[in-house]
Amino acid sequence: MKVSELIEKLQYNVFSKADTDKEITAGYASDLLSDVMGNSSEGNIWVTMQTHKNVVAVAALKELSAVIFTNSNVPSEESIEAANEENVLLLGTSKGTFEVCGEIYNLLESK
Amino acid sequence: MKNYKADFHIHTVLSPCGSLDMSPVNIIQAAKKKHINIIGITDHNATQHTQVAKKIGDREGVFVMCGCEVCTKEDIHCLAFFEKPDEITAFQAYIDKYLPPIPNDPDKFGYQVIVDEDEEIVDELPYYLLSGIDQSMDEVQAEVKSLNGIFIPAHIDRPTFSVTSQLGFVPLDLKPDAFEISKFCSFQKILKLYPYISSYRITQDSDAHFIDDVGCVCNVLELEELSFKSIREYLCTKND
Repeated sequence: MKVSELIEKLQYNVFSKADTDKEITAGYASDLLSDVMGNSSEGNIWVTMQTHKNVVAVAALKELSAVIFTNSNVPSEESIEAANEENVLLLGTSKGTFEVCGEIYNLLESK
Repeated sequence: MKNYKADFHIHTVLSPCGSLDMSPVNIIQAAKKKHINIIGITDHNATQHTQVAKKIGDREGVFVMCGCEVCTKEDIHCLAFFEKPDEITAFQAYIDKYLPPIPNDPDKFGYQVIVDEDEEIVDELPYYLLSGIDQSMDEVQAEVKSLNGIFIPAHIDRPTFSVTSQLGFVPLDLKPDAFEISKFCSFQKILKLYPYISSYRITQDSDAHFIDDVGCVCNVLELEELSFKSIREYLCTKND
């Protein structure tokens, strides 16, 4: 499934200007960036509450398909600028991590 | 110039995880025994033991750096030190404003007691001190600097509660006064991982929670005089 389809179905906020045509391979949920660097895979959608600018660098490095901030967490202007430069898609929702993982998982499984 | 031994990171009994014998008076005695000249009193999100430690330290000939170990919103531990009592008070007010009011459960987490010079318990802090405050590392750093303090990301090599565990690597635009590594790491190892911090002073401290750990690692400072100002100058210059 492409990220654009996920955004349309789940109505997530879009914070950065980036490619929404990427294919989602699976999801990864973690707030520890060291863990995400070690254990996420290319094309994963990353679910997190962490909004520091380093999130953008890790997502770019690991070639993740998108990052979604849960619990109404909003990235800083700096993070958005970096994401625009690095072509990293930043999304957001008021829902909690558990619920977001559930809805994305169901959507990916139904494909 | 004279050499001084410093251990900048020591918890007292006020930290819920600090051993019950970590009273300021015991810590000063332990430092003296190990010929440590400078100690940092750094409880989690709490500075209430710094003034009594300073008083005992002045009497016993141990220079006390008054500070704390702040836990940021990202769960990153950072050391902050201040020279003057009113700066400490202002910084404590800032922490209290942003510390989540989660009651401490001493049976589960440990006691958070304040003691006096005679080791009598005089107060107990109600809220769990290991929580992250609702401020980012960048915001905490800005607050420390606005109060003329010293800001040092703590044990940056550790797999938990460190800038590298929480943020993956040391942010390139972070401009602290110095960095700290734990007793489990070496300077060579950390510089191999993050060569771009080689322009900073890197301290190595005990992070003592138990009395035997006070001064188990330390830094040797060459100073003109033993003062907050000269210690700051040392910390703000590059490793030799």
